[in-house]
Amino acid sequence: MQMENLIEIQNVSFSYADRSIISDLSLVIPRGKAVAIMGGSGCGKTTLLNLIGGRISPSKGDVVVDGLSVPTLNTKELFDLRKRMGMLFQTGALLTDLSVFENVAFPIREHTRLPENILRKVVLMKLETVGLRGARELMPSELSGGMARRVALARAIALEPMMIMYDEPFTGLDPISKGVIAKLIRELNEILGITSIIVSHDVVDACAISDYAYLMGDGRIIGQGTPDDVQRSGSEHVRQFMDGLPDGPVPYQYPAGEYLDDLARGS
Amino acid sequence: MMFGFFADLGRAVLDRVNRLGRASIFFVQVLAASWQLIPRFQLLLQQIYAVGVLTLLIILVAGLFVGMVLGFQGYTTLVRFGAEDSLGLLVALSLVRELGPVVTALLFAGRAGSALTAEIGLMKATEQLAGMEMMAVNPLMRVIAPRLIAGMIAMPILAALFSAIGVLGGHLVGVELLGVDSGSYWSQMRENVDIYDDIFNGVIKSLVFGVACAWIAVFEGYDAVPTSEGVSRATNRTVVYSSLSVLGLDFVLTSLMFGEA
Repeated sequence: MQMENLIEIQNVSFSYADRSIISDLSLVIPRGKAVAIMGGSGCGKTTLLNLIGGRISPSKGDVVVDGLSVPTLNTKELFDLRKRMGMLFQTGALLTDLSVFENVAFPIREHTRLPENILRKVVLMKLETVGLRGARELMPSELSGGMARRVALARAIALEPMMIMYDEPFTGLDPISKGVIAKLIRELNEILGITSIIVSHDVVDACAISDYAYLMGDGRIIGQGTPDDVQRSGSEHVRQFMDGLPDGPVPYQYPAGEYLDDLARGS
Repeated sequence: MMFGFFADLGRAVLDRVNRLGRASIFFVQVLAASWQLIPRFQLLLQQIYAVGVLTLLIILVAGLFVGMVLGFQGYTTLVRFGAEDSLGLLVALSLVRELGPVVTALLFAGRAGSALTAEIGLMKATEQLAGMEMMAVNPLMRVIAPRLIAGMIAMPILAALFSAIGVLGGHLVGVELLGVDSGSYWSQMRENVDIYDDIFNGVIKSLVFGVACAWIAVFEGYDAVPTSEGVSRATNRTVVYSSLSVLGLDFVLTSLMFGEA
């Protein structure tokens, strides 16, 4: 029987060089849902994706994906699990020496032995999904930011994964490209049933395509609920983030000594 | 003050030992992953083209000039003793024992090594390596191993070509320009250059230099801080470390190979 939750993060902590990035964090991602994880820059969102993908291991707690404890998997088991995960990087992370077609074909060539004529059909179908079948001959350097991310999305769904992790999918895009990416994320979730984890600091766009939202701050969850609940929350932490207030629980000033003392000290 | 100095010194030494350890583990991991290249030979061929064939021109031009200079210098010295007939031998031994492997390795580090580091460093900075990992593709096998093995294969071939064209350069100057007897030039070389002591030892040298240069280049790229400054520093380190390693290893290998002679 399939578990209801595809991902369970259980009391996870992660530190890097004595600096705590994530502390005692727990959350669940239900199967087939689109879940937004929002928070300011440097709050540990991308680290969370790296923990789910097994690129780093937690110093405490457990990360369970599809019933498998990720930190305990050996390399082969981890790679088998990753074949069922897709990830869209903020930069697209396309291989710059390969054309659009070859980028989408890359994971298929690496993991299957499909004959060339079938592989061609599969790649063209994926590119058609993101509206870029006509751009198959282009090189990554010839693509706009939005197009590069759509190609990366086509590549992420090439092996028909059970889930896709989106790392800041809207950053640096014009409104039209944002709309296209949002539509694609929603369609992949609703039509293909792919569980979606959308990590973003873009409140409006992320909430618009999510079934559930978590708000992160200081490496822990500071708010959660449906996107409407989160947006209406009265919590000081949540309000600062949602309303874009420069000062609040997240201070405007980087921690420093007394201002006047600092000025009086000379050099 | 004094305590701070020793603390900094100790930290710097520990950092370097730590890095050397990581580089060694990395080398073993890449070699362990490289058997997977056997069914994917075209990946290796592409890299042999990139690091070997594209370095060929600079090697051939440099080899020709070095051979010509050896022809000039050798002639002006040998003629004083009436021994200019030995010019071919002098040119050939200088090249196959020493200049061929060393100069080729230095040029290889500057041309191919720096390019390898910059390429891998930029792949890291643009998340291409992370992307591969998330697609369940091991970047050590897909990206690093073909480049490392290609460097190890290309170096001895490039060094052999360097020496071959250098011998022709020496002939061009010594025989065609300065009038040394062509028969003496070739026969002295054929009689006195030993296949084992000279040529084989030269090949061993170039193989060792190839391993060192390719290893340093791919490790520096893989270990680069993923920023433009980080990649620039890594590229710089590749050229400096490779050059120093080649010269240091050359001394060690020369002592071992020719020490008792």
